[in-house]
Amino acid sequence: MAFERDLNLEATELRLGLPGTQESRSNKRSLPDMNIVDDQDHRSGSSRVIANASNATKSEEETTPPSKTQVVGWPPIRSYRKNSLQAKKSEAEASGIYVKVSMDGAPYLRKIHLNIYKDYPELLKALEDMFKFKVGEYSESEGYNGSEFVPTYEDKDGDWMLVGDVPWEMFITSCKRLRVMKGSEARGLGCAV
Amino acid sequence: MNYFPDEVIEHVFDFVTSQKDRNAVSLVCKSWYKIERLSRQSVFIGNCYAISPERVIGRFPGLKSLTLKGKPHFADFNLLPYDWGGWVYPWVEALAKSRVGLEELRLKRMVVSDDCLELLSRSFVNFKSLVLVSCEGFTTDGLAAIAANCRYLRELDLQEIEVDDNRGQWISCFPDSCTSLVSLNFSCLKGEINLTALERLVARSPNLKSLRLNRAVPLDTLQKLLMRAPQLVDLGIGSFVYDPSSEAYIKLKATLVKCKSIRSLSGFLEVVPCCLSAIHPVCQNLTSLNLSYAPGIHGNELIKLIRFCRKLERLWILDSIGDRGLGVVAFTCKELQELRVFPSGVDNAAVTEEGLVAISAGCPKLHSLLYFCQQMTNAALITVAKNNSNFTRFRLCILDREKPDPVTMQPLDEGFGAIVQSCKRLRRLSLSGLLTDQVFLYIGMYAEQLEMLSIAFAGNSDKGMLYVLNGCKKLRKLEIRDSPFGNTALLTDVGKYETMRSLWMSSCEVTLGGCQTLAKKMPRLNVEIINEDDQMEFSLDDRQKVGKMYLYRTLVGPRKDAPDFVWTL
Repeated sequence: MAFERDLNLEATELRLGLPGTQESRSNKRSLPDMNIVDDQDHRSGSSRVIANASNATKSEEETTPPSKTQVVGWPPIRSYRKNSLQAKKSEAEASGIYVKVSMDGAPYLRKIHLNIYKDYPELLKALEDMFKFKVGEYSESEGYNGSEFVPTYEDKDGDWMLVGDVPWEMFITSCKRLRVMKGSEARGLGCAV
Repeated sequence: MNYFPDEVIEHVFDFVTSQKDRNAVSLVCKSWYKIERLSRQSVFIGNCYAISPERVIGRFPGLKSLTLKGKPHFADFNLLPYDWGGWVYPWVEALAKSRVGLEELRLKRMVVSDDCLELLSRSFVNFKSLVLVSCEGFTTDGLAAIAANCRYLRELDLQEIEVDDNRGQWISCFPDSCTSLVSLNFSCLKGEINLTALERLVARSPNLKSLRLNRAVPLDTLQKLLMRAPQLVDLGIGSFVYDPSSEAYIKLKATLVKCKSIRSLSGFLEVVPCCLSAIHPVCQNLTSLNLSYAPGIHGNELIKLIRFCRKLERLWILDSIGDRGLGVVAFTCKELQELRVFPSGVDNAAVTEEGLVAISAGCPKLHSLLYFCQQMTNAALITVAKNNSNFTRFRLCILDREKPDPVTMQPLDEGFGAIVQSCKRLRRLSLSGLLTDQVFLYIGMYAEQLEMLSIAFAGNSDKGMLYVLNGCKKLRKLEIRDSPFGNTALLTDVGKYETMRSLWMSSCEVTLGGCQTLAKKMPRLNVEIINEDDQMEFSLDDRQKVGKMYLYRTLVGPRKDAPDFVWTL
């Protein structure tokens, strides 16, 4: 609409990316944010929806914009269903379906699918292959003995735990991310080198 | 008119069960009206504000089963403010004061308080069945009252409800003398549950046929429950997480084999997918499968499961099944009648027109469809219409609003047109994608049995809405959002709305003046303007567009419980 062009609202619009760049289409299909306020989304052209900062571009043309603003009540699914799937998504991230693995000193992180491993030995072997290191031998009293590398994980409460203490099923549902600690820091978690 | 004594006619009426038929019967003559109303046991009220509880009780003193619906459908999608209405307390209060022997109460989209549940539980000695769908407003304290006081309770069924406060002790409130349970569904409750109490309850319920658990029920409890209730017909599994080599799993596998009556399966709210082989023996007898809350089951595990389900009649699934998975469904499930594919919100998970075409080709008995997809083409819809003219419910939701046919870049008018032309028994239709007035012309021309139509982001002008209002003689519910229909469409045939249950229009072009004109002409309609943001100053500007309008026919005038932001014109 003309008056909006005059106001140059685009300049003050919230969006990701450097100023002057066009936002590219996001591949992530997220279920609409429950907090979208304004639902006066008239078909006559530009929507007056308050842009969701993480996922919006304002389109002043009628033709399909690169990425649509989110609108209340779309897609039309019951909030009960929407909430339960969103809860599961964040839970899936927390419950070890795919977790990030970092290794002290490595330039970038990896991601692994925890569910494909049957038990701790399989997981540890996979980590060893991925990062080219060897863990020591595990014992309940002493942790990992014989190597300066110690596998640890962050659990649901945000605490860093030693891998191997709890039963496997419990581990995969509570592990949020993995970290292979190295050297002196590792010693604090019971690594006896 | 009457050649038989009243008792004989009443006995004949016993065979007339559908409300529609009984309504017709009651119009024949005064005598039949009287006999019918005194013998009616089951009443369905599609809009709780269309009539008052006192009048219902007055007409049907023999009432045993009452079904009530409150909020309009679009309330499901957050288009209606929280406290718009739909409180059931006045109904329960009126029923309690009367001498009605209520046995069954079924509510949809209503607000139910703990006080209301308490009153309900204490007022009706023979109360047997409570079914709540998409309701809100109560806590487990209310459930505790129902459990404790309804001595002959047979059915407690909670569907798609967010209950915040969750203390699992309500299940312990069923007295030891309660042995009549047939159906118990608490799958939507989020909190912990007293497992021992649950086990004992199931153990003393020999008639239990339907049991749907929430995610707080672990595997070993599930196994114990199934041991106690091998006669179950409908099972909802909460948590399905365990180690496949564990004893618990082996025990469960053995127990499940003994449950030969299970025909309906749902849940899997928490699942480790590598352990689904225990379920396979159950699959071959399943007629109903709902995995729409189980994002953990996907890919090859899902397809493996489906391959066992040859008798499936109803399938609810997530779009993570993909077109390939739908192809397997089409190949395997020849008895399929109802299919719902919901969006999982997962990257790369999607179904397209391919999946739908495969289903329509492979499943000749399919008549009810809800399909959330990434895209749709006219060609595909035309093929679907050719393959299958049985649809009674056809609800298509293309996730990308106003998306055209990606191949031709045309609107989807022709595709939907083919559907309505082919499916002569179509009663419910939901549209999506890029659509012009043309699709409404087709709907008006061909959709003769259409009772409910949902429109979003569609059409070009008032003509669209007029085609529908003029053409669809059996239309009962029309809901429209974000479409350019205005006062001309609204006001051309005002009498039409008295033949319908309700009309919803939001973010359209109707103005306050138009709504006021309508309200003035039609005193037996409640025309409600729902004004959330204080944007509209009442009576200031007739030309102001109305954000949300909900109108419905009623015999009892404007409702007295409307909150401040709802204006009944």
